[in-house]
Amino acid sequence: MSTSPAASALEPRLRERYPELVAARGELTVVVEREDLMDELAWLKDSMGLGFLASLTATDWPDRSPRFWLAYELRSLDPPARLRVKVGLPVGDPHVPSVTGPYPTADWHERETFDLYGIEFDGHPSLTRILLPDGWEGYPLRKTEPLGGVNTRFHGAFHPPIDQRIS
Amino acid sequence: MSDLDAARGGPAARVVDEGTGEIRQETMIINMGPQHPSTHGVLRLLLELDGETVVSCAPVVGYLHTGIEKNTEYRTWVQGITFVTRADYLSPFFNELGYCLAAERLLGIEVPERAQILRVLFCELNRIASHLVWLATTGLELGAVSVMLYGFREREVLLDIFEATTGLRMNHAYIRIGGVIMDLHAEGPSAIQRFLEVMPGRIDEFEALLSDNPIWRHRNVGVGLLPAERALELGVTGPLLRAAGVPVDLRKDVPYSGYETYDFDVPVRTEGDSYARYEVRMAEMRESLKIVAQCLDRLETSTGPVMIEDPKVGWPPKLSVGPDGIGNDPEYLRHIMEGSMEALIHHFKMVTEGVAVPAGEVYEAVESPRGELGFYVVSDGGHRPYRVKIRDPSFVNLQATPSMVEGSLVADAISAIASIDPVMGGVDR
Repeated sequence: MSTSPAASALEPRLRERYPELVAARGELTVVVEREDLMDELAWLKDSMGLGFLASLTATDWPDRSPRFWLAYELRSLDPPARLRVKVGLPVGDPHVPSVTGPYPTADWHERETFDLYGIEFDGHPSLTRILLPDGWEGYPLRKTEPLGGVNTRFHGAFHPPIDQRIS
Repeated sequence: MSDLDAARGGPAARVVDEGTGEIRQETMIINMGPQHPSTHGVLRLLLELDGETVVSCAPVVGYLHTGIEKNTEYRTWVQGITFVTRADYLSPFFNELGYCLAAERLLGIEVPERAQILRVLFCELNRIASHLVWLATTGLELGAVSVMLYGFREREVLLDIFEATTGLRMNHAYIRIGGVIMDLHAEGPSAIQRFLEVMPGRIDEFEALLSDNPIWRHRNVGVGLLPAERALELGVTGPLLRAAGVPVDLRKDVPYSGYETYDFDVPVRTEGDSYARYEVRMAEMRESLKIVAQCLDRLETSTGPVMIEDPKVGWPPKLSVGPDGIGNDPEYLRHIMEGSMEALIHHFKMVTEGVAVPAGEVYEAVESPRGELGFYVVSDGGHRPYRVKIRDPSFVNLQATPSMVEGSLVADAISAIASIDPVMGGVDR
């Protein structure tokens, strides 16, 4: 529940570089610009030991600008510490550099985020759908996509979107 | 035409290497899965083979995608538990725990002491059950059918223990936001005690059967190598990483639910092969037994609620075991139906609408039997999660398949994949 001592040990140095560092609920979060992402991740990896990319995903906020927010969960194994790096992406230009170079584990994470949100990771070795079939249309985790409302592939049955099931 | 070609019914496809002028056979692309008994569910591998040697390997996943993350956005916070528990179906308690810890951190609440002990108790029993399935399926895939039978036999005892308390063998929805749904079944402690007495001997038997077994060693020693450096690059966690010599365990590194107060070790091996993973998992089962024994001791002395008493957060219905299984407690039903209108309104509000979670985002990770199981949970302040991302360890660990099998024999690929212990329900979510 509380901030681990190791995480707070990183905090002064991180705050030096990121004055706007957010410490909330025992977690540290920093927001970076898309253009600076690669440099900042390299610095965090080399200087702060945050070399383990635990997770990478997106959140869709249709009413906000920028609309998409990527969250990179970085982890340092020894000493144990975590930091979340967030990047905002506008809906008209959902591109971000791929981090598969410094973090090979990002390969599938980025494919999944592309699959579900339509965010393109420039420089990814093969940015294809991973969970959904190749011919799928749309990006289902976007808030503008309904739950349901698609034809089933095998029986031709149609499940209406969840908000239209009870009339 | 050679005899071999005649036996094949024609010459195999051959190409001339332009550089050396040598004749070589073309490689062949083989689909292993998604309906293959050795791929743990619906994993598909695209294997490029040169004879029996794997030249390249590409895992294809997604056949079990059920949209759990999208579904949670349309349900209340409590309903979300019933979805996430079905992701990695071999470790349901861990899914519930990770999700609930995330929600609890957003709410800023602490769960009662007794609930914490029960959470640890069931998670560790679940770890043993999950490792037993790994042992059973691995045994089956390597041709040791008896190991499969033994593994499922022991797991059955655990499933009975789970069922007695939670009402279900899998997908329990037992761990809830603010605690657990009900206390241990009256016969729970004695059943677990019996299990604690029997299980160490059974693990000894498994090891007597396997550890020095020439076939088992042949199929596992030096197979599916994944050195620590590569494992870390690929984000691999859990027994795979610990078998490569990296002593990383979230229960020790970032303790949650009171793990820092339990006495247990983190088994580590350095070889980084399938056999080391086998040793790690067997040792982990023993460590889990140690933790379970400590939980039982604590439960004897601890009293008190198993659900947070804050009525704005806690799940109001009380459950009890009746003649037809677990259901609403008759006394509680009488209270809300006949006794108190306010209690009925409160019950209705909490069950249909549920708790409102303050806006914010957290990433909460627990050490599942397969590694770091993370929940990135975002709330917009409403009664439903705004976003639930499950960082499933199987999904990430499976990325290591090409590193582990390329250059080895097809038969070794089976052993290597079995040693990853991927659960496709978690991979595809």
